[in-house]
Amino acid sequence: MIHMEEVTRIFDTGKVQVKALRGIDLEIDTGELLAIMGPSGSGKSTLMHIMGCLDTPTSGKYTLDGELIQALSDNELADIRNKKIGFVFQSFNLLPYASAYENVELPLIFAGISAKRRHQKVTELLERVGLADRMDHKPNELSGGQQQRVAIARAMVNNPRIIMADEPTGNLDSTSGEEIMNLFRELWKAGNTIVMITHDPVVSDHCPRVVHLKDGLIENGAMQLN
Amino acid sequence: MSTWYLFRLFTRELKNQKKRIWLTVSGIAWGTLSIILLLSFGEGLKRQLGKADRGLGVNIVIMYGGQTSQVYQGLPKGRRIRFTDEDVAMLRQKIPNITRISPEYDLYGTTMTYGNKTLTERVTGVEPSFEEMRTHYPDAGGRFINKIDVEQRRRVIFLGNDLKDRLFGDQEAIGEIITVNNIPFKVTGVLKRKMQMSMYGGPDAAKGTIPASTLKAIEGRTYLSRIVYQVNQTDYAPAVKKEVFEILGQKYRFDSSDDKALRFWDTIEQREVANNMLIGIQMFLGLIGGLTLLIASVGVANIMYVSVKERTHEIGVKRAIGAKRKHIKQQFILEALLIAIVGGTIGTAIALVLITALRGIPVSEGPLELLGKPTFSLTIALATAIILGIVGLAAGFFPARRAAKVDPIESLRYE
Repeated sequence: MIHMEEVTRIFDTGKVQVKALRGIDLEIDTGELLAIMGPSGSGKSTLMHIMGCLDTPTSGKYTLDGELIQALSDNELADIRNKKIGFVFQSFNLLPYASAYENVELPLIFAGISAKRRHQKVTELLERVGLADRMDHKPNELSGGQQQRVAIARAMVNNPRIIMADEPTGNLDSTSGEEIMNLFRELWKAGNTIVMITHDPVVSDHCPRVVHLKDGLIENGAMQLN
Repeated sequence: MSTWYLFRLFTRELKNQKKRIWLTVSGIAWGTLSIILLLSFGEGLKRQLGKADRGLGVNIVIMYGGQTSQVYQGLPKGRRIRFTDEDVAMLRQKIPNITRISPEYDLYGTTMTYGNKTLTERVTGVEPSFEEMRTHYPDAGGRFINKIDVEQRRRVIFLGNDLKDRLFGDQEAIGEIITVNNIPFKVTGVLKRKMQMSMYGGPDAAKGTIPASTLKAIEGRTYLSRIVYQVNQTDYAPAVKKEVFEILGQKYRFDSSDDKALRFWDTIEQREVANNMLIGIQMFLGLIGGLTLLIASVGVANIMYVSVKERTHEIGVKRAIGAKRKHIKQQFILEALLIAIVGGTIGTAIALVLITALRGIPVSEGPLELLGKPTFSLTIALATAIILGIVGLAAGFFPARRAAKVDPIESLRYE
């Protein structure tokens, strides 16, 4: 599903060139639950941005679902982020003035889905993450764990091929974090592909495969451990 | 993209930034109010001036005898030209483009008495064509002097409305007998109140009008004070004037190019100048209003820029979950347009209330008679709507472009 070959990402800040990724080879199959670990500055976020089509590699080859990402236009990338990728962020990133329902609805709006179909999908997803009775609540009326559930519902609503979570439990207490991890495992068991960025071993313990990143290179885990 | 969804979220957001957005909206409302009021005052002024202008008459030329300034056919210059009744008949007959024509005799310092009240005012002797030509319309129940009055040299008088008020007060005047220089005259009618801006010899409201033939007979006059004529179309006026010179030049033996021989007050020419001036005034007023609105739109653009800055992170999130640049742009343009529409509606409503209130104040005196009737028209409504639309789009466009250029990765980091 994800195929990376010699992917580099160099940030040119004028005088200094920062090599955030120095040649990543990575293969992720459909249905995997994978953790990418590494200390800060190791290139985790950059890798996720490229994987999530928010950024493109400086060199190398990245194909997602058979599509070569570098070749796509800004609008095509937006379409891929909308339909094939679901993002979950550390700080939830919900729209503060929109209800849980409206937050989950947003990707469907960008996808141009009809109102009737949107209603069906949003309700289904919010039920699935256990927030059927919180649909009209604003983010500030929800606990951190509940907000992250809304964010997960939002990530899932367009049936993405892959979910990318950046420190999804980083802002949560251990109980809520555990709940969120259980939810991710449930989704994984239901057949979803999930990539998690974390430096928390508790999180990576849930993942069958862990990739360690250091100084823009993969240290180990490039091979599937089963 | 669902506009309704955007609209819903925007109204939700309004609550968070109430004060700032309402300040912006009131800026637009103020601009709209200014532009509509200014244009409406301009329009009202134009209409009132037009009405006042018609007080004298439409398409009329007032002609006086002058002095020749060129020697002609052995005759010296400096000869005085004076008109008689026959000139009127001749011009009427020879120039078909003159639709109405009348001689006019002035009789200044005429003593008029009714009961124990005596006034000294002007009386003019004219023909029935004056009624239409010089807007001497009678008030209900009366009539202007007619053809038979002229033919029979009847002693009838048509009173200006001010003159009637001073002589009769609230009492009915029609059918009453007054004396004019000690000769009894019967009142046939009273002038219907009108606005009159241009005048010669005094306002029509303050004089009495009697048949030309009667005045001529009583006073033993030979020469007219002036001739007043009306042309059927504005465009014909110069050609008619030329014909007048030729016909009268032949009769009184002066060169038809001797422009000192006849003197004119050409209200047609005058109106054209006045019209151009009024168009100029309106454009100027519109410009001032437009500039006010422009300043308001800078306010909108400013608040939109702040909004883009504040929502950088939100833009990043939206981009991450699949918003295209156009989605981001739409949002900001829609918001700016909404501010313009809401502000414009409020401004228009206030303007309409003010205009209605102002029009309700009865004014019949002084400059307020011309300025006190602001008029809202469809043209003004359309012009304002178009300007508001442009202002809204322009105020939203540049901030929206900035928002769409936001780099999703950078903005996700931006908290």
